[in-house]
Amino acid sequence: MQNPYLPYPVRIDNIVTETEDKNLKTFKFVFENPEDEEKFDFSAGQFAELSVTGKGEIPIGIASSPTEKGFVMFTVNKVGLVSSHLHTMKEGDIMGIRGPLGNPYPWDTLEGKNIVIIGGGFAFTTLRASILYILAHRDRFGDITVIYGARTPGMLLYRDELAAWEKRDDIQMHITVDGTDDPDWKYHVGFVPTITEQKAPPGDENTYAIICGPPIMIKFTQPALDKSGYRHENIIMSLENRMKCGIGMCGRCNVGRHFVCKDGPVFTLSQLERMPKEY
Amino acid sequence: MKIIRIDKTDWDSGLKKSADHYRLVGPTQEKDFFLYKPLKPGKAPDMSFSNTRLSAKGTIYPQSHTLFTYSLDPDQKDHHLLIEPENENPPTAVIGIRPCDAAAFVQVRRNFDAPDYQDPYWLNAYENTVLVGLACDQPGPACFCTSTGGGPYDGTALDLLLADNDNHYLAQVVSDKGAAFIEKAGWAGEVETDAAMQIFQARKAAAEDKIRSTVDTDHLADAGTMALYDAPFWEDVAFACINCGTCTFLCPTCWCFDIQDETHGMSGQRLRIWDSCMFPLFTRHGTGHNPRGEKVQRVRQRFMHKLKYYVDKYEAGVQCVGCGRCVLQCPVNIDIRKVCELMNNAGKQPVTCTA
Repeated sequence: MQNPYLPYPVRIDNIVTETEDKNLKTFKFVFENPEDEEKFDFSAGQFAELSVTGKGEIPIGIASSPTEKGFVMFTVNKVGLVSSHLHTMKEGDIMGIRGPLGNPYPWDTLEGKNIVIIGGGFAFTTLRASILYILAHRDRFGDITVIYGARTPGMLLYRDELAAWEKRDDIQMHITVDGTDDPDWKYHVGFVPTITEQKAPPGDENTYAIICGPPIMIKFTQPALDKSGYRHENIIMSLENRMKCGIGMCGRCNVGRHFVCKDGPVFTLSQLERMPKEY
Repeated sequence: MKIIRIDKTDWDSGLKKSADHYRLVGPTQEKDFFLYKPLKPGKAPDMSFSNTRLSAKGTIYPQSHTLFTYSLDPDQKDHHLLIEPENENPPTAVIGIRPCDAAAFVQVRRNFDAPDYQDPYWLNAYENTVLVGLACDQPGPACFCTSTGGGPYDGTALDLLLADNDNHYLAQVVSDKGAAFIEKAGWAGEVETDAAMQIFQARKAAAEDKIRSTVDTDHLADAGTMALYDAPFWEDVAFACINCGTCTFLCPTCWCFDIQDETHGMSGQRLRIWDSCMFPLFTRHGTGHNPRGEKVQRVRQRFMHKLKYYVDKYEAGVQCVGCGRCVLQCPVNIDIRKVCELMNNAGKQPVTCTA
């Protein structure tokens, strides 16, 4: 019997400090046993439990795309016991990854559709994975629009990639910050819901929104999408709840009868409207 | 079904023989209550108990259990890797388990033995355990097992069902595991099935007659999840609750757990520990946000899980075996039977008044 609690051993290959507050670091992991990379077969939108031996595990969205080979990547905010310890770890250190866990964004449904990706703050990780995946299979999708905001320019994740995507004509980028005193800032200033109202394509049956961000952003983005005519079946969200097992057994991440870990973390807005608001 | 007569004069000697092949666990008196504990060599289970204070769930699913061990010493081979423990589940016999506690294993198994993931710790322990059940002739004042699909003489979740028939036990051999245990104990007095079954039937009727409380669960599945969730009675139900968690720890069907790393010096273990939906920390996010930060939300979660979410998810009844422990031990007298009645009534179609 496969032990679903046993992580794959990995080595920290590379660490990048992402944001000006130094609270977000991106870790690239390489599997100690190359065959484990094959087993860790994931799609954009899934997550994994990062296992720091002696401290515990944390559920984190996979920030690399399945089209990137040789490593897996996670961007971790320094919050609690495990993530704080992880931030002190060095390249070459050994730890574990358990997964992939949860459901990805519904890529079969999304094929041939227009997609608007809306992200805020550090909840851009699985959205980065999704963008890379889409760009690697660009002909499978319709128009792609990205709206991504952070408090300041220095709080945006993956800034080099954002700049590179800006230059492409097969993806419409709308980068925004809440505010900045940088005179050279050449993108938007304004909250994500406002930019969504201005820039999101009108909603129709063939247009889907994927939203990931802090609760306050989601709360105000939804009316903007309603105004633009998005069906709630076409609004896809990724939830977070406290987790331990990640496989639907330990009982804490449930929202009604659904476990965020196993039945989610991806839900449509119309599903969420029929569930308790326990997230 | 094969039925074996075990004279009580042969009981202890048979258990002793079986102990060569099984680790024996049985009811043991502690102060004024009973617990299932490993039986020391030569110690017989105390079969005079009504029911144990804690359920038998810990015999398969210990309150604290090592999932892995590890070393943090960089000079050690495999440092920072998690090492699975050696097979740690010797054949075990739980002597005197009540039908309700055995039925709980069937309910809990649905969680640990899912189509996509199987919990090896729980399943290995369960598969290596033979349940030598003792039918219940004196149901307690809060028992309602006949309302949850079981009964004091229900042997379906057991390997052996013993009826205490004065100077002997009559043992129904329910499974192959049970037959193997009987053989190892050397009890061979097979009796004529029809006559023995009549004794079982009579004792069963007498026992069921002593169960005073019944609970209706027939409308729980029909009730709308959100209608129940938003029902007006939760504030009242939760009012006296002190979130002590006693109900969840006593409950044979509560399975929630935490995972923690515990390090001593350079080595340690990743533990699985019983947890409880009654505790705020159970769901608190790293940010401090808590989706069930209020007491009423946690109390509602416990009952909604047992009596609605589980009912809908598995379509196999409620997640409760009617053992009555939570009713008896709750310090503020919250009674799952009353809550179930409130929920079940809410599931009934509203009566239309045509006057």
